[in-house]
Order: sequence, then C-alpha cells, then structure tokens
Amino acid sequence: MKPAPFTYHCPETLGEALELLARLENVRVLAGGQSLMPMLNLRLVAPDHLVDLGRIEELVGIEQTADGLALGAMTTQRAIERSALVRERCPLLSEAIEHVGHQQTRNRGTIGGSLCHLDPAAELPLVAAALDATLVAVSKSGQRRIRFADFPAGYLTSQLRHDEIVTRVEFPALRAGTGWAFVELARRPADFAIAAAAALLTVDSADTIRDARIAVGGLGPAPLRIAAAEQALIGQKYRDGLLASAGAAVAACPAEGDALYPSDYRRELAGVMAKRALEKAAGRARSAAYV
Amino acid sequence: MSKHRIKLTVNGSPQEHEIESRTHLADFLRHELGLTGTHIGCEHGVCGACTVLVDGASARACLMLAVQANGRSIETIEGVAAPDGALHPIQAALADHHGLQCGYCTPGVVMTLIELQRETGRRQLDEPEVRRALSGNLCRCTGYQGIVDAALALFGSKT
Amino acid sequence: MLRGAGRFTDDIELPGLLHAAFLRSPIAHARLKRIDTAATRTLPGVRGIFTFADLRRILTCDRIPLATPAPAIRFNVDPTCLAVDELCYVGEPIAIVVAESRALAEDAVNAIALDFEPLPVVVDPHAGLEPGAPKARLDCPGNLVAHQVMKYGDIDSAFARAALRIKERFHLHKGGGHSIEARGVVARFDRIEDLLTVWDGTQMPHRAKTMLVACLGLSENQVRVIAPDVGGGFGPKAVFHPEELAVPAAALLVGAPVKWIEDRLENFTATVQERDQDWRVEVAATADGKLLGIRGRLCHDHGAATPYGVALPHNAATNVIGPYVLPAFELEIALCLTNKVPAVPIRGAGRPQGTFVMEMLLDRIAAELSLPRDEVRRRNFIAPEQMPYTIPIVQRDGTMMTYDCGDYPECQRRLLETAGWTAFPARQEAARREGRWIGLGLANYLEATGRGPFESASVRIAPSGAIFVATGATAQGQGVETMLAQLVAESLGVSPQSIRVTAGDTGATLRGLGAFASRQTVTAGNAVHRAAGIVAEKVRKAAAAMLEVAPEDLELVDGMVRVKGVPEMKRSLAEIARVFNGVPGFALPGKLPPGLDATVELEAYGLTYTNGAHAVEAEVDIETGAVRLNRYVVIHDCGRVINPMIVEGQVHGAVVHGIGMTLLEWMRYDASGQPLSVTYADYLLPTADVLPRIEVHHMETPTPMNPLGVKGAAESGTIAAPAAIVSAIEDALAPLGVRIRELPLTPARLRALIRAAKRPGDSL
Repeated sequence: MKPAPFTYHCPETLGEALELLARLENVRVLAGGQSLMPMLNLRLVAPDHLVDLGRIEELVGIEQTADGLALGAMTTQRAIERSALVRERCPLLSEAIEHVGHQQTRNRGTIGGSLCHLDPAAELPLVAAALDATLVAVSKSGQRRIRFADFPAGYLTSQLRHDEIVTRVEFPALRAGTGWAFVELARRPADFAIAAAAALLTVDSADTIRDARIAVGGLGPAPLRIAAAEQALIGQKYRDGLLASAGAAVAACPAEGDALYPSDYRRELAGVMAKRALEKAAGRARSAAYV
Repeated sequence: MSKHRIKLTVNGSPQEHEIESRTHLADFLRHELGLTGTHIGCEHGVCGACTVLVDGASARACLMLAVQANGRSIETIEGVAAPDGALHPIQAALADHHGLQCGYCTPGVVMTLIELQRETGRRQLDEPEVRRALSGNLCRCTGYQGIVDAALALFGSKT
Repeated sequence: MLRGAGRFTDDIELPGLLHAAFLRSPIAHARLKRIDTAATRTLPGVRGIFTFADLRRILTCDRIPLATPAPAIRFNVDPTCLAVDELCYVGEPIAIVVAESRALAEDAVNAIALDFEPLPVVVDPHAGLEPGAPKARLDCPGNLVAHQVMKYGDIDSAFARAALRIKERFHLHKGGGHSIEARGVVARFDRIEDLLTVWDGTQMPHRAKTMLVACLGLSENQVRVIAPDVGGGFGPKAVFHPEELAVPAAALLVGAPVKWIEDRLENFTATVQERDQDWRVEVAATADGKLLGIRGRLCHDHGAATPYGVALPHNAATNVIGPYVLPAFELEIALCLTNKVPAVPIRGAGRPQGTFVMEMLLDRIAAELSLPRDEVRRRNFIAPEQMPYTIPIVQRDGTMMTYDCGDYPECQRRLLETAGWTAFPARQEAARREGRWIGLGLANYLEATGRGPFESASVRIAPSGAIFVATGATAQGQGVETMLAQLVAESLGVSPQSIRVTAGDTGATLRGLGAFASRQTVTAGNAVHRAAGIVAEKVRKAAAAMLEVAPEDLELVDGMVRVKGVPEMKRSLAEIARVFNGVPGFALPGKLPPGLDATVELEAYGLTYTNGAHAVEAEVDIETGAVRLNRYVVIHDCGRVINPMIVEGQVHGAVVHGIGMTLLEWMRYDASGQPLSVTYADYLLPTADVLPRIEVHHMETPTPMNPLGVKGAAESGTIAAPAAIVSAIEDALAPLGVRIRELPLTPARLRALIRAAKRPGDSL
C-alpha cells in the first residue's frame, strides 16, 4: 500500500506553514503521522500537498500558565506522558495518556494531531471535552480561540478552516478539592475505547459536590458532556448510590451504534464507565491523601 | 511528486540520498540502503514489525516518510549485534528462551526491547510491565511467552 | 533471524526487477464488462498491464487444476488466475500491472476504469441454500458445492432409547491466518538456463511447481520453486492462489523478473481464510451421562472457489467425536458457495469447531444431570486398553479412522490436578462474595496428524565433509530445520550445527508435499531419520572396508568413525566421502556402492493422534462483558518429544491463536459481501498484554505408527482453546445460566447474554 504522489513541504517556521496553507490547494497537515500516514498508505486520502509541522520548534512545549497548562500542538504524547508538570497541573491528562496507543505511537503522535483528527474513540479529545480545553487556531489572517466543546463539526471533522493550524492547547487547572479519573473499556489495553469516561468531581469539606464534569466517548462522533448527569450531582451531598444514578443517567443518553457494538450496548457501557470514573474521582476528591 | 535530498545517520554511518516524498522510511531502509532486516507487516502502523529507533525513540518506520528522517539518527536491527558479530544480550536472550520462530517480527521486537532497556536502566520490571512494553509488537508464531521470558531474563524476575 | 539477516521473499533483489500490483474486484458479485486502461498510458514507469485474455496466450488452460478428488464435492470450482467475465468476491484479481516500482504500479491500478454490472450476492450460507436463492457463480449449477452425510452406528435407535436428548445450535467463526509476513512471489525466467525460477512464500513448493508446469506448458526441469525464508504459514500459504500463476506468467510476457508482495489489505480480502460454521446438533445420552449418539447438520460458508477441497468441514466433523466413546453419529455437511474468498483450513483446520461442539454438549449433559463436568467426561473416555480404537469413518486415504494410542483419562487427571480443579469451587465462592465472577473450564481434544501419503528426505555426506539434508518439507518458523538437523546429528554422531538443511526447494528434492496438517515431524522427521540411518550404515560398512574391521566394531563420534576402544583407528566422514566419490577406473573399498547418501520417500498411511487437555480460569466483568484469562494450563501428548522448547513454542502460539479465535478475531462482511474488517485496527489479534502465561506440561505416549514414536504438534494448541475458554466463562456465570453459542465472544455479545439471563433479585 503506497501513497498516491504528493509534494512534501517542510516549513521551518509557523509563518512559512501558514503561508503554504493559504496558498496551496488539496493540502493535508502532517503532525505525528500516526493517523495520517495509515490513511495515506491505504490511499484513503490523496492530497496534492503535505505540510509537515515537525520542524517548527515553537509548536512544541509544555508550560505552566496562570490558570493551568498550555501545550504546544506538536508536543508528543510521550513528552506529555513523562511530564511531571502535566502530572501535577493536569493529572487527568496523565491518566488518559496511558491508554493512548503504544509507546511507538506515543513517541511520534502529538496532542494537536489527536485533537484535530477527532477519532470518536480517542482519549485526548475526551479529556479536552471534560476539562473545557481551549484551542488556539492560527491562520495567515489571524488567530482565534476555540472552546473544545465547539470544535467538533462532525465525524472526523473539526471546524478548522483549511488555512488554519492549531498551535496550542490550553487546559485549565483543577479547583482545589477536585478528584479526577479516566476510565475506558477497550478490547486490548492500547486500542481505542469502545466507551470511555472522564470525570471530575469537586467535593468540599462538608462532603457536598460543588462541581461535576462528566465527558463520555463512544456515544457518537464526538465526546459528549452529559450536562443532565452533571447538574443532578452538583449541590448534592455525597452518598452511596448517588454516583450509580449518575451512571444511569449517562446510560439513558442516545447513542449511535454499529454492527459490532449496538447502541444499547454503547449506552450501557458508557453508563458503567461514567459510574466507575465518578467513583474513582470521588475517591480522589474525598481522600485525605489528596489535599 | 517531489524529490528531496536527505542526510541522515543510519546505525552510526552517515548517509546521503535523494528520495521521493512518498517513500516511507521502511521502504527507504529496505530498498535504498539494502537493510532488509526491518520488515513490513501491515503498512498501517499496528503490527510493529517495522519498528526502528529514531533519535533513540522507537517508531513505526511505515508511518514515517523517509524525508522526515533528514538530520536524524536511525538505528535498525543490523546495527544491534557487535561489530565482531557477537550477539547483543537481547538477541542472545531471545535465542535462549525461544523468543522467535519464523523471525519476521523479531527485528521489531529487538528494537522495542533495546529502547526498553535504555529507559529502564537497572530498574527491575515485572511481567505485566514487560507485556505492556511488548504490546505494540504482533507475533503470530510464539504466543509471546518466549519473548516475555527473554525480556524478564534481561530486565526482571520471573513471577 | 536475530540479526535481521533472513531472506524473505521481499528481501530478494534481482537485476532489472519489476514490481507488480493487482487490480482487484471492488464488488462481491458482478458481470465484468470492460477493463479500460486508457488513463494509464500517460503514467510513468508502467511496463505492462495484463488481463486474463493477455495471460491466456501463454497458458495451457483456463483454470488452475487444483481440484481434489473428494466424493463430497458435487462440482469443483477451479479458479482462474485473473477474472474472466464474472467477478465473484471482493479482492478477486482482475488485472496485473507491472511497473518500475510498486508505487507506480499502484498508481496505474488506480487509473484503470472498470465497467461491471452488479449481480445478486450470496453471503449467508443458509440463505444461499434456500430454493430460489441467486447463484453465487453463474458458471456453476447451484450453490451447494459439497454435500456429505458422515455417519456410523444406529442413530435412530440411539435417540429412541435415550433418557436425555439435548438440542443445541452453535455459530462458530474463525478468521484468517495472519502470519506477520503476507504472501509474495518473485518470478524470473532465465533464457540461458531455460529455467523459470519462482521464489514463493509458500508452504507447498512442489504443488506450486506442479501447477506452474501444468498451466504454463513447461516441463518439470524448466520450473524451480523455492520457498525462501517464510514469515509464518498457518494454512493460507499452503493454498495455491491465482497470483502465484499470474506473476510468473506476467514475468514471461514482460521479459523481466517480476516481484509481487502482498500488502495487508490484499491479505485481508484476497487470501484464503476460515469463516463461519453453523451447527445444529442434538445429543442423546443415558440417564447417567453416557453418550449414545450425536446427530445434526453443519452448514458451512465455503467461499467462491474450491482450491483446497473440503478438508476444513471434514476435519470439523470428525473432531466432534474426540477422545470419547460415541456409539452413533450422523452429521449432514452442506457447503454453500458464497461471494467471498474461499474458506480453507487455518491453524487448527476446523478441529477447534468440532471439539467445541462435543465439549459444549458434554457440559450441557453435566448441567442437566447435575454431574460435575469432569465426571461426565470420565464416564465417556475411550480407555487406553481399547487402543488402537477404530471409528467406522473412512478417511480420504482409504483407511478407517483409527486412534493409535493415548491415555485420555490420565491426561485429564493430570490436568485437573495441575489446574487445582477440586479447590476451585471454594475460590469461586470467595470471589463471588467480593463481587468477582471467576470460572474454571476444561476441554479435551484430539488432533489427527502426520498426514501422508508421503514425504521426502535425503541425507548426504559430501566429499568436503559437509552434511546436506534436503526435504520436501518446508519451514515457516516451526523449527523444521532444527528438528531434522537434530535427528540426523544423532544418527551420524555430529553436531546439529554442522548440518545444512534445505527445505522447500523443488530443485533439491524430486518430490515433496510440504507443511500442512501438523505432519512434518511425523513424515519428514521419520523420512530423515530413516535416510540418516541408511547413511550411517553405509558409513560403517565403508569405514569397515577401509580399516579392515567389522562394521559392528565401529562408532560414529564427533564427525569421525573409529574403532570402539581403539580411538586412534579412525577415519573422518569427509575422508570416507572422498574415497567413495570414486576415482575413474579404481575399485571402491569392499566393492561397495559409491556415495554416502540416501533418499527416502516415506509413505505414511493412517494418521497418528495427538491428544491433550486444556484448563482455563476466566474472569468476567459482569457490567461490561469483558473477559480476562487469569490462567491457562495445557497437558499435551504428542508422543515422543524431539525438541521440548520447539513443541512448547508451537503450543503457546497455537493456544494464543485459539484465544484470538474465541475472544477477538472476527472477519466481518456486510450484507453486500464487502469485507468490513480490513486492517489490524478492526481485526484484532492477541497482543502480549491480554494473555496469561500458558503452562504446558508434556505427556509422552509414543506412537507405534512410526519408528520415532512422534506425533504432530503444530496446531493442537488451538483445538481445545475455544471450548475451554467458553466452559470457563459459563462456569463463572453459572448462577445466571448463561449459554454461549456464538464465537467470537465480544463484550457486547456477552453482555447481551448476561442481560437476557434471569436471576431473581438482581439488577444487571
């Protein structure tokens, strides 16, 4: 399986890259290549031009910001996996990244690439949804900030325009007293999930839930925040069975199924993942070790 | 279609070649350089037979364009044994523990284990960790047990 | 191999080598109207595009004569090397493009326009056998390509007098071989040598040669097929595929060597595989659980051609009987032609499915009668005193199905002891109290191995002292060469490393069959053993003549032949070989015949039966349907074990394949015959991180069927795996009464079964 012919471009700066995107037609942007290269090899896509972002140093990096963490879009998943800063400021991301592919793919796969590819079962978009991440999208004509919730536009499609590149992903830090968890069911540990859940639970010293975030993957083309379940938890005092009913609320959501995993299984599984993620998050929020 | 002149190091030796943009690294190694030890099993990045090290990090050579290797240092199976031919301890362990049968996935396994060895240093690994490290290399012959035993002999203690 | 110095088919480089790619059918069934190559003319580097009409100019016949004389087959469907006027499965090769690189060949393939008229498809074998169903192939009389009733004993009376009758239906899927190296062919016609050399990653080079000779109208000394290093076989590479003729034919037409390396997408769509078996069976038993009879129907999705006969369903049927006394048996086997690539034996070769049927029926009997599962089996085992045990089914070599030897009760006993069978219920109860659902399953199995009718081997000590072994057997990683070298080394008193084994080269042996049906240790092993013995005897007689002693006074040690007790009186094997190479006009010592070599074509009739037992501990996540295997124990009896490490490696690999079959691997098609799982992201192979250790314990019941006492070992690990795993899962979910009837068992399927099962007072 060899790719159809294309012209390869390797800009050294962001400006050069944006210039190319503005000028050329039928272009694909190459990030880590772990999703795009298989598509090229299989001739599922046949761009005339490939713009490789791999030499643009300003797109790589992990930095602390005033309200959280900012990652350059071309930061590799492996760098994220190893980053003490990420573990400290965005532990949900650290937990999720363990489920992302294999070492060989994490060495080259990037966070920007994963978020822009938007595979419905991918872990990083789910984390971005749970944390209300912000993407910075840049083109030759300017820059805009996109809330992750607004980013997906359909199956494997984002709302990025053809001349835009995501340069940076910003994750807000967690409030004090917030527990987090990422749980998924995959056929083999490194596979994409059948269903996955990322949960955040902020619990105060009176054991009351101040904030709840539940994002679920596997119900549709993009990760979903289950607002109904979140609202049902906020303000509640933590008690046995509370999280199970949140899981049940998730399981009541509509799901798109397929021949392999019918919709009723996906819904049910999403509910179980949500419940387990909430339980783990609650454990972290409420444990004395987490302060 | 574009052609590019690339300069890179392969198993320590400098190389300079002109290649087409769409040639992936695995085909470049195999057919331009004649290093046929890196094997192609799927060409879509799952089987791991084409695993090489790029600047020390394991990568699927079928998911990288040769042109992206410009300026990089690539290590393949051919560079693993010593110059005098003596087997690397990883190769010897695979032989001792029957960690290979047809040999097709073996170069990819060796490169994965080399990275593992460099990263874990002296720390001992348990069997789940070894299996996880090997999860990106498919083998249809061995059932993995011989490979796992070889890795445990090198990096850990058998349970 | 460890150094990456193997020479696999794609590693072969030749001067002037061109590369091929195939245009393949995008549709499961259609009338092929036109192939329009106009758009390819502007593409660079294309050296030839050939359709069937183009190749037919140098072929002697339209179809590849692969038909096997099986009585069950109602009409053979020999494939053509390229589609003629009807497309019968997605992936069927239509045209071969030869270009300066594979990428350029693929560019040209993509520029070819196809004009076709869709025809109704047959994808479901049941539907395909209904009256009025459309034909899967217009060139065939119908869809029932093979039909057989396998039976013995008085089945009607068995059911009439049975205290217990249980009906069951199983839908069992098995996928493809998926060796990590796909297929490949390099063909070169050398005008000076007048020789077509074909390097082919095949398990059966002699068969490939026979087909090439027949189809290209060449003579036997004009064709040489060499299997280079082969990266795994597992069945598909034993079948002669259309490309194996198309590539050499294209090479002849284009006048240059041509290489075709199958990519993984092709491997998913155009390489033979197993697929679906639908079983409707009924078992009759006594009130104390003894089998009286099994009857039923097996409906098999056969695919679009018959390149490998009907061994697959035949093996499945005979393996139902297993190591048990089954007084009566009647199985109707119906094979339906479908618009998919042909279904042929893949490692396990249908036996896992047959074993699954029997083992599940025994578990049902146990449940009905509230007997332990192991006890039901004990009551039905064939006892060792009953060996050899004949079952009145005639095999295709004309002999009756006869189990040669084996101690089945002892095998199970060892399994239960090793697996901790009696202690398990308490562990299970304790786990349930913690909310964990664990179960222990067991299954017994047999495997017929050592299939003949013959295998060839030659052993030669050359004047240089080098020792050559050539065999019609072939190597894809199962250690054939090591095993053969070991046997010869023992006979000749040399180190195995000093022996050069050539396997898989039709230039090295006159005849041969190759690797399939776990046969090579039995056939080639014994052939080599006999040949080495003949050579050893010649060596002794020759040295005796040279040293003027009696042959009995000599021993073969370290490459030397020396007088026992008088080590200075010796000759090296090389010296003896040189002398017996002869000098014109001079007599050979003792007037003995020249040369230190022997060729044996060992005839093998009748099969030898490997047996074993598997126990699996499984854990079910009841909320998600996910399954984890915590422990896997195998007792394995393949007769005399020549190389324990090699046998264990074979068992590990085969067990893992069986785990894949049960829980992961699913080659899916949609209702129009489009293959859906065509990458390793969709088709799931077992990976190291989902597997338990596989504990293999050997039992050795050497067979009297051959001098070495060996039985085959290559596939047996697959055979009991699905049954043992499912038995464990059903045991884990026993309070729910879950019954698993479909493989593979995905979490979605298991969760659906759990939901449907009734258990009072529990929300599931």
